[in-house]
Amino acid sequence: MNNTLSKTNDAMSKQAKNILVEPERYEFTSGSIHHFDLARREFFKLLGAGIAVFAVVNNAHAQETAPSHGFHPQDLPSDIAAWLHIGEAGTVTAFCGKVEIGQNIRTSLAQTVADELRVPFESVRMVMGDTALTPFDAGTFGSRTTPTMTPQLRRVASAARDLLIEAAAKEWNVAPGAVKAADAKLADPASGRSLTYAALAHGKTLAQNLPAEDPVTPPSDWTIAGKPLPKVDARDFVTGRHQYTPDLHPEGMLYGKVLRPPSFGAALVVYDHSAAKSLPGAVIVRDGGFVAAAAPTEREANAALAALHVAWKEDPPKPSSREIFSYLKKNAEPKADDHHRQQKGSVDAVLAGAGHRLDATYNVAYIAHAPLEPRAAVAEWAGDKLTVWTGSQRPFGVRGELADTLRIPESNIRVIVPDTGSAYGGKHTGDAAIEAARLARAAHRPVKVVWTREEEFTWAYFRPAGVIEVKSAISLDGKLLAWDFHNYHSGSSGIETPYVVPNVRIEFHSVPLVLRSGSYRGLAATANHFARETHMDALAHSINMDPLEFRLKNLEDARLRAVLQAAAKKFGWPEAKKENRGFGIAAGNEKGSYVATCAEIALDPTSGTVRVVRLVTAFECGAIVNPDGLRNQVIGANIQGLGGALFEAIEFENGRISNPRFSKYRAPRFRDIPDIEAVLLDRKDIASAGAGETPIMAVAPAIGNAIFDATAQRLNNLPLIPNGLKRA
Amino acid sequence: MPDGIEIEVNGKRYPVHYPPETPLLYVLRDDLGLTGSKYGCGEGQCGSCTVLLGGQPRRSCQIAVSAAVGKPVTTIEGLEKNGQLHPVQQAFIDAGGFRCAYCTPGMIISSVGLLQANPNPSSAEIAQFLQGNICRCGTQPRILDAVHQAAKTMQERGR
Repeated sequence: MNNTLSKTNDAMSKQAKNILVEPERYEFTSGSIHHFDLARREFFKLLGAGIAVFAVVNNAHAQETAPSHGFHPQDLPSDIAAWLHIGEAGTVTAFCGKVEIGQNIRTSLAQTVADELRVPFESVRMVMGDTALTPFDAGTFGSRTTPTMTPQLRRVASAARDLLIEAAAKEWNVAPGAVKAADAKLADPASGRSLTYAALAHGKTLAQNLPAEDPVTPPSDWTIAGKPLPKVDARDFVTGRHQYTPDLHPEGMLYGKVLRPPSFGAALVVYDHSAAKSLPGAVIVRDGGFVAAAAPTEREANAALAALHVAWKEDPPKPSSREIFSYLKKNAEPKADDHHRQQKGSVDAVLAGAGHRLDATYNVAYIAHAPLEPRAAVAEWAGDKLTVWTGSQRPFGVRGELADTLRIPESNIRVIVPDTGSAYGGKHTGDAAIEAARLARAAHRPVKVVWTREEEFTWAYFRPAGVIEVKSAISLDGKLLAWDFHNYHSGSSGIETPYVVPNVRIEFHSVPLVLRSGSYRGLAATANHFARETHMDALAHSINMDPLEFRLKNLEDARLRAVLQAAAKKFGWPEAKKENRGFGIAAGNEKGSYVATCAEIALDPTSGTVRVVRLVTAFECGAIVNPDGLRNQVIGANIQGLGGALFEAIEFENGRISNPRFSKYRAPRFRDIPDIEAVLLDRKDIASAGAGETPIMAVAPAIGNAIFDATAQRLNNLPLIPNGLKRA
Repeated sequence: MPDGIEIEVNGKRYPVHYPPETPLLYVLRDDLGLTGSKYGCGEGQCGSCTVLLGGQPRRSCQIAVSAAVGKPVTTIEGLEKNGQLHPVQQAFIDAGGFRCAYCTPGMIISSVGLLQANPNPSSAEIAQFLQGNICRCGTQPRILDAVHQAAKTMQERGR
């Protein structure tokens, strides 16, 4: 590996570790789920409460608070060949530490490179998510790829284009300004000479320090970016040729299975492997509480585990899913500082005084990511060097976890992420990677570990449950006077209010984890938007004011007003409503993008059941890179949001998940899908923001508000109607 | 190596090295190396493992390989003929009917099965037929478009 690249990677990695993350990204600070004992001759030393998982946040996170939306050139490697390579045959290869998990950045990033470098889209190949080949990246999460990676690749491509122009100018003995770049060719219009990029690249190494203010092509001049191009490698996916991690099968591979405890918090107290070890071809590993087997077939690996004589001492977390909300409220940690509180004005005084008062509590259940491709990894050792293929959003983070748990240097480890079958924030940690690597080391053969669906629903981390308490006061003519908003455990993303309120107190309260929890698409913004937008709706109805009018009356943010009005217009708010129908509206903004959703509910007056029949979501994220991809993302997020809104919930008792399979955990299916329209607002004058998460945030409150409109039943819990609507 | 079972997949005969009660999905993926059909749940609830067995779409994680003896199996790998994609495959590309595409082989095979039985289905009929196929990325609207498009193409070609 290139020396400059590795030095820069180390520097960025160290820098990233010091940056704070959103508190609800519990998986970053909870530590790896496996902790292995050191070999006896090693000097045992533990830091803190176990083996740390670094809180790795993209270096660009620091720039979210900086005035400009740029990047710091000194943090990026100066050797272009490490980022972008133009081959002698004209292929352009761009290297990027982000990963493809179905959000189609493989396509949009390639469009960006092709656009800036002035080459045909088909000639660009992305190499992504490979710790040996690609630059350091903290992880593909937080909707960061479009706002951060895209500008970086643009600058790199732009600098490469400048190098090519300079090289041609030198060759032709003209000024660089006379040379034009287009369609992978350089031309000197005055003389009619031209050269292909491929010919110029022949035998050279293009290298340049990136200038700090390299001008990049503005969105108004985009020719390839901005177009709805189809997914790269689409053919491989429709033919089954693409290999996801569970499809990999290196020579000599064994199948790995992990023995799972009967409940959370259980400790292994009896272990006897005598029956299992005699099974032919089976390799058994026991390392502290980690017990696993590898064998030539999955069936034999399971048989080896079954042949173990084990016993556990159980110590499950106390609350069940029925008691979790009162438990979370009761067990909030005492405040050490004001870190998660915002305050303005005199909330308590105004709440106690005149004005129309409304208080409510909102409960949000744990839900699972349930990506269709389960967590999986293939690990292969060559001496003391390890290669792991795994569907992860953080290949460099996983490399760090592997280094810590296996006690080998990061430089001995290569993590590769094949294009993955979705993640939604659930694939940040290296669980399967660690399991496969540990087994492979013992077996001296490659090992593949693929989690079963039951393991997925049990041992992965969930979107944390939460309790949100809101106290508010408005004037009788509909102005917000006071807003007191408290989130317990769920998180602080989206906890602010965009509305104008003179007296505000907003606070996030930590509660020690009950179930393993962590990032989920949108983080706590879904819960916080649900509470806020439901509450706003209830306030509006309490004074018989139209919910859209009420919001606009208290809103100055022009971009949020724009999406509200665009959604309402497309939806036909409020005039299009018919009998036995309910209309609901909700809006929010996060991570530099804005969303508003209108929902229509159909009520069957005989049975009392309700159905979502229509959603219209308006979304604005600055300049749109691929309108087709964006539309797909917005609609996809809305459909996923239906699940969390209507019926998804993890049920648990005595430290066991009661519904760890699709037959009992209801995911949105074809017949659940309403008419959905996305209204995309393209702001070419605003830097592109990400779109992976924000579109999900207004779905649940819009639907809840529509249900109220149709039935007069106010639902304050997510999921809204897991068993259908109960008659009041 | 037990039994000497043989199955026919995509027009080719394969000996089976796994016990006869092994679900067909694992024989296809692990024994025969045909990894196009996916594991998503192992309980027949997600549709990722769908293959055509005797022309009928079936969840291969729920069928013992012994039950596949003597009936032709078609997997996603068997749809392309002489470098030409099946109209349903092409329609999925043209309509952009996938995000992460993990559900896609199962969706395509199920759709092929549907169109064989019902060459001109309504959206409601498609949704009903694909109710057993989960798409977690939320691409269902485009999948409906893809199936409509494929139905149209296939009718025009008289297939």
